[in-house]
Amino acid sequence: MRNRKITPYALVLPAWAWLALFFVVPIGGMLSLSLTTGNVITGFQQSFAVGNYVDAVSTYWEQILRSLFYGACATLLCIAIGYPMAYWIAFKGGPYKSTYLLLILLPFFVSFVLRTISWRFLLSDNGVVLGPLKSMGLLSEGFALLNSAPAVILGLAYNFLPFMVLPIYAVLERMDPRMVEAAHDLYAGRFQAFVRVILPVSLPGVFAGVLMTFIPTSSDYVNASVLGGTHNTMIGNIIQTQYLINNNYPIASSITFVLMGLLLIGIFSYARALGTERVMEVHA
Amino acid sequence: MSTDVLTPAAAPGTPAEPRRAARGRRRIDWGRYYTWAVLAWLFLPILFMVAFSFNDPAGRHNITWQGFTLHWYENAFAYPELNEAMFNSVSIALLTMLVSGGLGTLLGLALGRFTFRGKQLTNLVMFAAISAPEVVLGAALLSTFLMMGITTGYWTTVVAHVMFCVSFVAITVRARVITLDPQLEEAAQDLGAGPWTTFRLVTLPMLFPAVMAGGLLAFALSIDDYIITTFVSGDVTTFPLWIWGTTRVGIPPQVNVMGTLLFLVGVILAVVNIVMARRRR
Repeated sequence: MRNRKITPYALVLPAWAWLALFFVVPIGGMLSLSLTTGNVITGFQQSFAVGNYVDAVSTYWEQILRSLFYGACATLLCIAIGYPMAYWIAFKGGPYKSTYLLLILLPFFVSFVLRTISWRFLLSDNGVVLGPLKSMGLLSEGFALLNSAPAVILGLAYNFLPFMVLPIYAVLERMDPRMVEAAHDLYAGRFQAFVRVILPVSLPGVFAGVLMTFIPTSSDYVNASVLGGTHNTMIGNIIQTQYLINNNYPIASSITFVLMGLLLIGIFSYARALGTERVMEVHA
Repeated sequence: MSTDVLTPAAAPGTPAEPRRAARGRRRIDWGRYYTWAVLAWLFLPILFMVAFSFNDPAGRHNITWQGFTLHWYENAFAYPELNEAMFNSVSIALLTMLVSGGLGTLLGLALGRFTFRGKQLTNLVMFAAISAPEVVLGAALLSTFLMMGITTGYWTTVVAHVMFCVSFVAITVRARVITLDPQLEEAAQDLGAGPWTTFRLVTLPMLFPAVMAGGLLAFALSIDDYIITTFVSGDVTTFPLWIWGTTRVGIPPQVNVMGTLLFLVGVILAVVNIVMARRRR
């Protein structure tokens, strides 16, 4: 074909332009904003001073660490809950595999915010879950789940579980069952076959799942606001408040950049180890 | 997240079954109970929401069960601001679906079919756009709009939603393009079809399921988004934003009604998907 050479560029150009204009440029813009001084009234001057970063980290190190900790806990919980589920659907789901996956995705048609708020009511002190347990005397009257770290972590794990189940399912489903049979023929028991054959095959899926749960959970603030009360705020809460309420853009953008920097280190070391193509493949 | 997850038509046989049958002893399938227990957990807040859309609350707080009523369904549209928020959400999601569907399809086609300079870079940018935290995307866009003096509102929201949906559509379409047989297009050209006719009559129909899946994904991502939207929407309110705004003063039961209706749309789509998958088999 004559225009074989131009065709791909013509195809990618509109999307390129959009992503460059509204993703690449804004990230750069935020970097420049994080290196300014001033305030809303006097305006912002580009000073290329890194003072904002020092301020941001020294003021909010607690929230940064808490975010990474909550994210890590929620991610581990997602693996613990999601792996057996993905395993069972992939190997024992039979003709109903797609139905199970749809059931997992179905709750997500209801707004993320609305589901999280529902949890607030479910977990409230004398609500549908804790109320009966308390009246039966199984829990003491003073027991509370709401506005605690476990409530936030539970909410995060709840909201992001499908992002762990789907990639693990995807790799297990593609696995040749004859590999497991071969392991059994070589006298591997169920446990041995799992550890030596199935687990290594599923690891790329687990990594993809970690990526897709750790990044959104550690930067989420909806769960922390709704389920965590005032003492469990995460870094997302700070960014949102500084941007939208305090209008302190230099500090807000530097703290955002710190968050992204921490996550980017993880992403790129991971992408280097596996290659972006493969990572995306598991994502899809 | 993609077509083959939603409709795994090419599912290989179920492994390990004959072995167990041969052993002759039926074990209790704990995995089944476990999976259903987790599913029950996933549906718990939905159940609460659906039940309380029929509740007749005593005060402003719709938390304890008082009695059955259909009142909120009859007055589902009693809040003009809620209706406006819902309209904004749906229209933004439709626009996002159309624009990101178009851009993403072209991008996916290029990535799946051609080799070109900058392909690796494109993959990297898409990967970054998918994995970047929503707070960062929202904050970065707001920074840019601020510096350029653009007032945030309806159109900045559409722009932002298209930005984070394009890569998802492109990946879905690319996965389909890779599995297509290029000989079908060559055959069309041999029969005298020009490039445009080939695309319209051969390539596009074959791509259509993936384009549709990508578009629906974009719609779902857009209508559900809260975090990015808060940063870029200015004075415009969407459904999630409106719910959020009312949490402090007590959520009206109409929100549960809207949530239940949205959930029903999901159930219908799921049933259609299952029936279509059956028919194809």
